[in-house]
Amino acid sequence: MPYPTPALDGVTTPGGFLVVLSVVVPVASVLLAFVAGGRQAERIALATMPLGLAIAIAIMVALQRTGAPLVYLLGGWVPPLGIALRADGLSAVMMAITAVVIGAVGVFARGDFRVPQGSVEARAPFAFWILLLAVWGALNMVFLGGDLFTLYVALELLTFSAVPLVCLDGRAETLQAALRYLLFALLGSVLYLVGAVLFYGSYGTLDIVLLSHEISAEPTTLVAAALMTVGLLAKTALFPLHLWLPPAHAGAPAAASAVLSGLVVKGSFFIVVRLWFDVMPGLPGLAAAQMLAALGAMAIIFGSVVALRQKRLKLLIAYSTLAQIGYLFLMFPVAFGAGSARLESDGALAGGLLQAISHATAKAAMFMSAGLIYAALGHDHIAGLSGIGRALPISVLAFALAGAALMGVPPSGAYLAKDLLLQAAVETEQWWWAVAIQAGGIFTGSYVLLVLAHALMPAHESVTLRVSVSRVAEATALVLALCSLLLGLVHWEAYLPVALDPLRNPLTFKALSTALWPVLGGGVLAILLGRWGLRPARVALGEAVVAIVGPARRVALVLGSMLECVDRMLRRWPAAGLSLLVLVILFGAAMLGGRL
Amino acid sequence: MSAATVFGLCSAAAAGLGLYGLIVNPEPLRKIIAFNLLGSGIFIIFGVVARRGAAAALGADPVPQALVITGMVVAFSATALAVALVLRLFQGAGSTTLDADAPASAGTDPTDA
Repeated sequence: MPYPTPALDGVTTPGGFLVVLSVVVPVASVLLAFVAGGRQAERIALATMPLGLAIAIAIMVALQRTGAPLVYLLGGWVPPLGIALRADGLSAVMMAITAVVIGAVGVFARGDFRVPQGSVEARAPFAFWILLLAVWGALNMVFLGGDLFTLYVALELLTFSAVPLVCLDGRAETLQAALRYLLFALLGSVLYLVGAVLFYGSYGTLDIVLLSHEISAEPTTLVAAALMTVGLLAKTALFPLHLWLPPAHAGAPAAASAVLSGLVVKGSFFIVVRLWFDVMPGLPGLAAAQMLAALGAMAIIFGSVVALRQKRLKLLIAYSTLAQIGYLFLMFPVAFGAGSARLESDGALAGGLLQAISHATAKAAMFMSAGLIYAALGHDHIAGLSGIGRALPISVLAFALAGAALMGVPPSGAYLAKDLLLQAAVETEQWWWAVAIQAGGIFTGSYVLLVLAHALMPAHESVTLRVSVSRVAEATALVLALCSLLLGLVHWEAYLPVALDPLRNPLTFKALSTALWPVLGGGVLAILLGRWGLRPARVALGEAVVAIVGPARRVALVLGSMLECVDRMLRRWPAAGLSLLVLVILFGAAMLGGRL
Repeated sequence: MSAATVFGLCSAAAAGLGLYGLIVNPEPLRKIIAFNLLGSGIFIIFGVVARRGAAAALGADPVPQALVITGMVVAFSATALAVALVLRLFQGAGSTTLDADAPASAGTDPTDA
């Protein structure tokens, strides 16, 4: 990290206006689109996208040139009375990826959300374009907000603009999913607000930099930290607080799912990172971090196994998001410096952030290609995908490349992230997290291979597509997948604390051979646990394979259905509410216990 | 018992009732009301905290008031959005339960492994 100790900022830095612009431009476009209405909403949104991307790039350039965070003090008032917006390396990276994904979603959605010929305005397109811009503005606010209350407001804006995206089509089940999402997210944000209130009561400020200088391990502070953490976990849908995610992400239109799954959950994740690494790096203690990563590991197991048992492609991808969210939380225990009780902003943090941005691009690409397949076939049953590989080669290729990127095939961003996390796990002598990190890649391999195996099977009769799929939309999905696959080649040193030496050559034989494990292990897992719609006789050597794996598969399926059962129980509302309270108590106890 | 303690206990009671309702009550509309109760409890805590700040060092601390007002606006918008969703859901489905399993995964579909 180029910024070792955060200084108290007394003045707006040169280039600080860029920080304000990146929030103001999307919000101004929302207002403009509201006033102009009709067909103009789409045009305004599409015109804003290159502008926003340019601002994000300008911030990255300015950061590289000055080597210090960009700060803007609103109205010239200095914290604690005023509010500061800050762009550091982490915010710049997240903002750039957000701009890229939002732009891609905009291009992708043009076909789906076009105002029909002859009518002046249609409800769904109008809402979609405005909400897309609103999500963007809220996310930029989350990445830039310099105090905990601004972050609260930004988080609420993000939720309020994300919830209606779930129910754009107005069907009863998507409305129900949206309502569940909203109510559970509100529960989470209330917990966050209590924590912020307690912080204010103890220190008289909510500014992140001021807090980080003053904070000490008093019981009130630790309780506040536990409440805020759990509240944010509820909004991020970390296991076991994921009841709202699968129906919401799977039911939304493809373009909306891409935004929800790729970007929106990263907002609250980013605030967890800010809270733990910037506000109170010395406070949570190793025990609480171990708990956080343990939840992540459970999310990986549950999310992946339940994903393998899904019948529908979009639900499979939604459950895979659950598993990938778990993967993001593995960085917390390995970020503790060897022997110290302090979270260090070093390789592990860079690994976690890189995983977040690779997932953002890859998952958006996956939902886009799933949406195209859905539109073309009229359904997205995994068992009915055979032949689609020939009918929609580019969409399936985009899915495959996005899957490979997520698995950590070099030179993807996930590969770099995995490398950094493994290195941190070795340095801090926590081999069990190294196992979890590897297992995460293998589980990812399993559901990607399951889908590809079905998609690449030849069909009985030729596949008839209901609608012809837009080439531009297919190309957009492919570009996003490629983007995720090539993220490992970017020089992140200026923005993220990436160590230079082991990473510069991701195309060596050794690096490529590590990519084999997720593929091989994933294949075995997919055979054991997957829901196979294909009849074995139609697979070459099918009978022999069935004879060998039959008993093992039976055992695995029993385990799998047990996990499914537990998942269904945890997704009931009272169970999720109780787990929320239990988690608050556990985190509080772990943080307090670490002090004694 | 000082005024701050009384307010603190009141807010704890309101927050506790709200939390109970939000978790246990199956009706979405009651959940929304419970959320408002919970929110009110927290706003009262914020008020108490402001009093404490005034007692400790600052002459009068206006920041918590500003934050509480912002919080109320946020809670109001959340309530409006939630009620709108409940209304649409009722118009479409005739009931407003949240209990059904994930609609898409409730499979009645013949293709099974």
